[in-house]
Amino acid sequence: MQWETVIGLEVHVQLATRSKIFSGASTAFGAGPNTQACAVDLGMPGTLPVVNEQAVAMAVQFGLGVNADIAETSVFDRKNYFYADLPKGYQTSQMYHPIVGPGELEISLDDDVTRRIGIHHAHLEEDAGKSLHESLTDDSGREMTGIDLNRAGTPLLEIVSDPDMRSAKEASAYLRAIHSIVTYLGISDGNMAEGSMRCDVNVSVRPKGQAEFGTRAEIKNVNSFRFVEQAIAFEVERQIELIEDGGDVEQETRLYDPDSDETRSMRTKEEANDYRYFPCPDLLPIVLDQAYIDHLRDTLPELPADKRARFENQLGLSAYDAGVIAASRDMADYFEEAMNVCGDAKQAANWVQGELSAALKREHLDVTRSPVSARQLGELISRVQDDTISGKAAKQVFQALWDGQGESADEIIDAKGLKQVTDTGAIDAMIDDVIAQSPQQVAQYVEAEPEKRGKMIGYFVGQVMKASRGTANPQQVNQRLSEKLDALV
Amino acid sequence: MALEQTQVRRAAHLARLDVSDDQASSFVDDLGRILEMVDQLQSVDTHDVAPLMHPLDATQRLRADEVTEEDQRERFQRSAPAVEDGLYLVPRVVE
Amino acid sequence: MSDHTADYAPETVTSLAAALQRGDASSRELTTDYLKRIERADSTLNSFISVTAEQALAAADAADQTRAEGNAGYLTGIPLALKDIFCTRGVRTSCGSKMLDNFTAPYSATVVEKLNAAGSVSLGKTNMDEFAMGSSNESSYYGAVKNPWDLTAVPGGSSGGSAAAVAAGLAPASLGTDTGGSIRQPAAFCGITGLKPTYGRVSRYGIIAYASSLDQAGPMARTAEDCAHLLGNVAGHDLRDSTSMARCVPDYAAELDAPLAGLKIGLPREYFGDGLDPAVESAVREAVKVYESLGATVRDVSLPHTRYATPAYYVIAPAEASSNLSRFDGVRFGHRCDNPDDLVDLYKRSRAEGFGEEVKRRILIGTHTLSEGFFDAYYIKAQKIRRLIRQDFLDAFDDVDVLMGPTTPTPAFDLGAQSDPVSMYLQDIYTIAINLAGIPAISVPAGMAGGRPTGLQILGPHFAEARLLNVAHQFQQATDWHQQRPAFAKEMI
Repeated sequence: MQWETVIGLEVHVQLATRSKIFSGASTAFGAGPNTQACAVDLGMPGTLPVVNEQAVAMAVQFGLGVNADIAETSVFDRKNYFYADLPKGYQTSQMYHPIVGPGELEISLDDDVTRRIGIHHAHLEEDAGKSLHESLTDDSGREMTGIDLNRAGTPLLEIVSDPDMRSAKEASAYLRAIHSIVTYLGISDGNMAEGSMRCDVNVSVRPKGQAEFGTRAEIKNVNSFRFVEQAIAFEVERQIELIEDGGDVEQETRLYDPDSDETRSMRTKEEANDYRYFPCPDLLPIVLDQAYIDHLRDTLPELPADKRARFENQLGLSAYDAGVIAASRDMADYFEEAMNVCGDAKQAANWVQGELSAALKREHLDVTRSPVSARQLGELISRVQDDTISGKAAKQVFQALWDGQGESADEIIDAKGLKQVTDTGAIDAMIDDVIAQSPQQVAQYVEAEPEKRGKMIGYFVGQVMKASRGTANPQQVNQRLSEKLDALV
Repeated sequence: MALEQTQVRRAAHLARLDVSDDQASSFVDDLGRILEMVDQLQSVDTHDVAPLMHPLDATQRLRADEVTEEDQRERFQRSAPAVEDGLYLVPRVVE
Repeated sequence: MSDHTADYAPETVTSLAAALQRGDASSRELTTDYLKRIERADSTLNSFISVTAEQALAAADAADQTRAEGNAGYLTGIPLALKDIFCTRGVRTSCGSKMLDNFTAPYSATVVEKLNAAGSVSLGKTNMDEFAMGSSNESSYYGAVKNPWDLTAVPGGSSGGSAAAVAAGLAPASLGTDTGGSIRQPAAFCGITGLKPTYGRVSRYGIIAYASSLDQAGPMARTAEDCAHLLGNVAGHDLRDSTSMARCVPDYAAELDAPLAGLKIGLPREYFGDGLDPAVESAVREAVKVYESLGATVRDVSLPHTRYATPAYYVIAPAEASSNLSRFDGVRFGHRCDNPDDLVDLYKRSRAEGFGEEVKRRILIGTHTLSEGFFDAYYIKAQKIRRLIRQDFLDAFDDVDVLMGPTTPTPAFDLGAQSDPVSMYLQDIYTIAINLAGIPAISVPAGMAGGRPTGLQILGPHFAEARLLNVAHQFQQATDWHQQRPAFAKEMI
């Protein structure tokens, strides 16, 4: 039987506010345990929440970025359940009236195909704390879990997609697109390793052509693009096998274990929860007026899809390069600065996609931490364009800049003597020397069929370049050599 | 709506309240009578009436995104039943 | 000290403030005197959970210093008692529960900060029904409070300790909270004046929440004038409470003397029906006559959804409470059971041991009515009826300035008399709708029934506290019910 996979994603994005969603405690990452949990975050008796305006603005910005409806009135609800890292016994969230209504996001797949994925809604909520399990014991020596509530109350935007994705690749492309848009907007640092972006994946399968969805499993907390693909791949196979063996998929929560590359059930003895959502009586409805929304719309930065189109249509980049560079705001900013310095979009794209990306990948660096600045790269490209150095020498200069051997391309070119020799007289002299020292090769050249001479010239070019220690202009060398050798025939 | 013991037990579990069998049956009795009193509500026609979640028709005021709280961990943890290295301790949670 | 008593008796905030201003007494003298009274009388009454003598004397000295420096305000140096629901930094804040018996609040409620800034002196924390759930003060972990008018009667609840303490002269005034009548009903039972302000008038920050959309703090004192001074100090917008309203606070005391000629009073028919004690009714009718003599006109009005207030309340309040009380889980503060097997056991036993019966009952009701399959039928339905109840009041206030009726259907009942929860709940039949609608109401002493005080309740539109205080004050200028004192107080003090 042919199976179709149906995937929906719930992405939790930590918003990059300075303070928490309902309190004035700091959201900074990495502080000592519970030093950033204030009375409100701890759920101290009598404390009350007040909504952070920046969290609201960021949610609206996201909504505008995915062409979603922005709710004129949105309401916070309480989701009631007990858990060790949930201080109040409820999470303040938005169940019935989320701030961001339906929208959509375009994703690009490798083969330059784009698809539109529906955003069902996005809502604001507070993050929980963290449970730490390492080597804690109580007075009688029993193993304990430690609770750190620094993260409790960090604003989250939960972005819920429609079940529109049909493959693991589409799911990871969607996640990348979300990552791209939230970092473009500057509403999250998108750091998946630190948990700034976390993803729950709903997966089901159905016979191809069947209209209704199969039973879905929810895979919790899949926290990298790669793991999303792997977890889905495993889960799809598991479900198909299960059904083909005559079994039924259970609606349940599963956990993906990257080490064993499999998902396993999180089912416990606990019966199904009942969250008893109801409007939080400590908070009033958030009412946004059109002027406020319009202002945020007017100040929205250029978003990835627009940038990609501009790179492709106005700057003439390939669809692939435009897509990859525009996917990251930092990369796009880097590219645009380098391009503005050298004035050549295609060369700038080649360098960013080639040498720079390779070096960043090799050293696991983000572009914002590149040792070679966009200005330095732009100047380097300019030196190739004005024939100061050869393309080959340029790579040497790039490496030297990367290694911190100089402040600018010019400084390194000077220091290493990489400046191209373009003086015809000097090149002619070197060519004459090489011809004089290679009588045998010259004889072979002269005797060869004319159509084979083109290949044989390579030897002479190599010798001349060697003699010039790479500084001679290769096109010039090539041209003068042909002229001089052909004159001997 | 009458109340059954299983419903009381379920509510007690959701609310994380340990309830003995004796207590459960006494709660079934009390809660049943409270719900009976509450059931008078069903006789009111509320067609076209919007729920009133809050007595005033006010809207949420937003707070500027500023860090206003400082570390008071030591003070906050003075009333805590069990802490170690600044962490609140609970019996080992297996995930 | 007691030889000074005559100089400032009867002790109202107003008379004490005058004595302090004149220099007839220092705050230290007043505070010492009240602490002595508490020591003498409270083993009988049990109106305080914690007496903070040391802090009180320090605050009194600071107040005297402030006064000596010429910076005293109206409340500077005035001793007060706070219901033990207000978080007070460095002082046990128990909310009448075993759950918080060991809880020292790490911060102070906004109203406590305001009273501290005004220079008033807190004598201690008064007894209350556990988590403010009750109408008799019998659900307190710290034991029942006795009504100073009759030691076999309850003082009412949940602010029963506050009412008893003020009635007995153990404090000139107190701050209480009112979710369904918890200021007004004990005020009526103990013969004092108690005001529940408009929802959103006074900050809830630092008040341990029972039902967030209903809770409101307010003054309990001997006179409306005292209530005006206290409310003026604690009311106002609080950046820490999203539900507190940004409206300016009028000078409540300045409006007390406005004449009542032309005042339009409505008497809700539904507040004079079955179950109303005839003696209570006749006290209210007499009071209305006093108003007529002051130039007011009276007409009957109807609040047709009154009978649904109690059922709606017992959906909404327990629902909110079930969620509000989830934070008491034995992890960060409060009672924790011994040797929990696992996390669920820790929660279940800590909560079962820490909460009393009535609290559990309300948590269970609230949990049940919010749960899947019941939410619409109970919670949403009750909130719809709440809108109808509010509309009843809004409609009535189109025609009249204030509404009047009894605060309670009966005078204080005997300790232990109400063992059935539902009949206990019906004690609040006249007070609950006010909380659902969010309007203000004040209870003033209006007579005696069988040796126990009865209260007249005056209701006004949202934010009409100044009018209510004026109307109550004028009654107290024309009558002396508020000046009567229980024999117990006369003997003990």
